This record gives sequence, C-alpha cells and structure tokens, in this order.
Amino acid sequence: MKIEVLGIGCSNCNKLYQHALEAVKLSGKEVEVIKVEDIQKIMGYGVMSTPALVIDGVVKAAGKVPKVEQIKEWIK
Amino acid sequence: MSMLKYLADSLVYTLMGIQPGTMLGEALDFFFYDAMKVFLLLVVIIFGVAVIRSFFPPEKSRKLLGNRREYAGNFLAACLGIVTPFCSCSAVPMFIGFVEAGLPLGVTFSFLISSPTVNEVALVMLWGLFGWKIAFIYTATGVTLAFFGGIIIGKLKLEHLVEDYVYQIKMGESETVVPAWRERLGYAWDYTKDILGRVWLFVLIGIGLGAWIHGYVPMEFVLKYAGPGNPFAVIVAVLIGIPLYSNAAGTIPIVQALVEKGLPMGTALAFMMSIVAISTPEMIILRKVIKLKLIAIFTGIVAVAIIIIGYLFNVIL
Repeated sequence: MKIEVLGIGCSNCNKLYQHALEAVKLSGKEVEVIKVEDIQKIMGYGVMSTPALVIDGVVKAAGKVPKVEQIKEWIK
Repeated sequence: MSMLKYLADSLVYTLMGIQPGTMLGEALDFFFYDAMKVFLLLVVIIFGVAVIRSFFPPEKSRKLLGNRREYAGNFLAACLGIVTPFCSCSAVPMFIGFVEAGLPLGVTFSFLISSPTVNEVALVMLWGLFGWKIAFIYTATGVTLAFFGGIIIGKLKLEHLVEDYVYQIKMGESETVVPAWRERLGYAWDYTKDILGRVWLFVLIGIGLGAWIHGYVPMEFVLKYAGPGNPFAVIVAVLIGIPLYSNAAGTIPIVQALVEKGLPMGTALAFMMSIVAISTPEMIILRKVIKLKLIAIFTGIVAVAIIIIGYLFNVIL
C-alpha cells in the first residue's frame, strides 16, 4: 500500500503529510507515505486543489486536510 | 439583532456601571455589540458558504468552463469564483488546470480576480457592519470587476507571458470521490473553526480601533483628510489597501467607523476591495506559472479598475 500527499509545499500540505504519517503509525500497517511536489505529477492525478491525498492511485481527498481517524479508515 | 443591542447595553451600562452618553460608554457599547454580531455572523455564514462550496470543487468548475469562450465564459468564471473554494496554495494547480482545459487566458483571469475578491470573511464583515445592501453592492461590483478585468487581459493577447512549461502539462482524469453529507458538514465545521482561529484577533483589534474612532475621533478630522474634498483620496486608499492582504477582517470595522465619521462610501469600497483583490502572497505564487510582466499588467488593470469603481460610487452612492 502506498499513500501519496500531493502539494507544492504549503502549510496545509505539511499538515496533511503529518496526518498521514500519524494514521499509518496508529494503524500499525506497513504503508509507504511519500510527498509528491512535482506539479506535472500532481496534475497527472487530475487534481486542481491541493493538498490532496492519494491512496494506491485513487484520489481520496483534494483541497482539504482529512483528519487522522479518517485516513486510518481509508487504509484499513 | 436588537437582542444583541440589549445584551451589549446591559453589559456596559448595568453590569459595568458606566454612564450612558459618555465617550467611554459609547465606545464600549459599540465594541461589544459589533463583536457579538460579527462573531455570530462569521460562524453562521462561513459554515453555510463552506457547505455550498463542497458542491463546487475546482475540478467541476474546470469542466463547466471547458467549452465556453469569451464573454459568457468570463461571466461564468466570475460567478464560479465566488463559490469555488480558493486558497493561495491551490492557485498554481488551478491555473494550470484551466489553461490545460483550453480556457482562454482572459476567462482564467476572471476567475482569479473574482475568487479572492468576493470572499466570505469580507462578505460577513460588510453584512454585519454595513448591512446587506452594501454587501450585495460589493459582491456585484466584484463580479463586474472580474468580468471586465478578464476581458481586457484576454484582448491584450498575453498568452506568451505564461511560462512555457504550463502548456506542456497534461492533466490526468480521476474519479473524485463524492463526499457524504456527514463529511460535507464535518469539513465545513473544521473550515469554520480554522478561519475563526485565524481571524478572531484581527476582528477584535479592528472592532476595538473602530470603537475608539467611533467614540473619540472627531468628524472634522476624517473629512479634512479623506472626505469628498480630497480628489486623491480614492487613489491613496487603493495604494494603502494593496499590501494589507488577509486583514479584511481587521480593516473593515475601522473603515466602517470612518464611514460614520464622513468617509465617502466609494472611497471605502475601493479601499476594502484593494485589500482582498490584489494579494502579494498570491502574486508570488502565480509567478511560478506566469511571467512578472503579466503579474504587473494584472495588478495594474485591477488597481485602475478599483480606483474607477471608487470614484464612480462616490458620485452615485
């Protein structure tokens, strides 16, 4: 499983990255969390609002910062 | 609202025991009344706007605008700018997404002007402190500004001032998950808390300064420097407003107190509009996708348009 946090480095993007790390830690699963800051790659997901959260290639949220519990639900 | 007036009156005159009619009493009464009113409106309206916005993600605006041309496209973009959530950190992907969808540059700019100009915090402050008519005039003016601003930029044929790599980017398709009502309300509530957390201090300082002006600054003072007698007041107001971004919450109460003391409405509207329409952080971020010359042209057109709006409203309001 892989989580990608899309964003060009704004404060909300960092917040979402922290939430994702936290959710993975709480779930106890082996999940890779990476930041995607390349604009071409971000647009490649069809996303226009950042930060966005992509889990295994599926855009789960765009333009908002989901809560830790919510992300935990998604990776269960 | 009369209940809030009663609350403020009892707090100041009964509980604190200050004589009605004194300068201190007037200023404190004004402060508590405005503060309660504004915070109540902030919570209700920002929450409402956030729920409406959850139905208009920018990806949807892009689809709606995709096959429009000039004029109709500019108008739709100006209207969508109101309901599409805008954060300066999304300005770059939004800009690229619009360009990639084949939108004319002018239509994209109509969106970029309207989105920050007609923002919910400014709207609440205007509604709460000036009444719904001024809030409505402000919104209509903001849409008009975005419409014409975009058309002028479109006519100037400035496509070469967009960074080359923007034209090379291909956007992917994604299945965006449609949120359930529970999620919409949850996000709206988080958003409301986030905005309140960011603006509350500015609101209190602004209302405090406004209350002080209300109670202590003489009318002659305002009339002398910013009244109808000073032909350059609108220009000066706009130039001061441009670098004040993100403090709409703090500046509007001060402007309201100044209007009571004789500041003309057009000058006041131009000042408030220049605060939100042209923001330095947004320009810095847009530099990633457009050349400096286009940023300068964009800022210049918007500033001149706001100055014209200011003079126009000074004549008709």
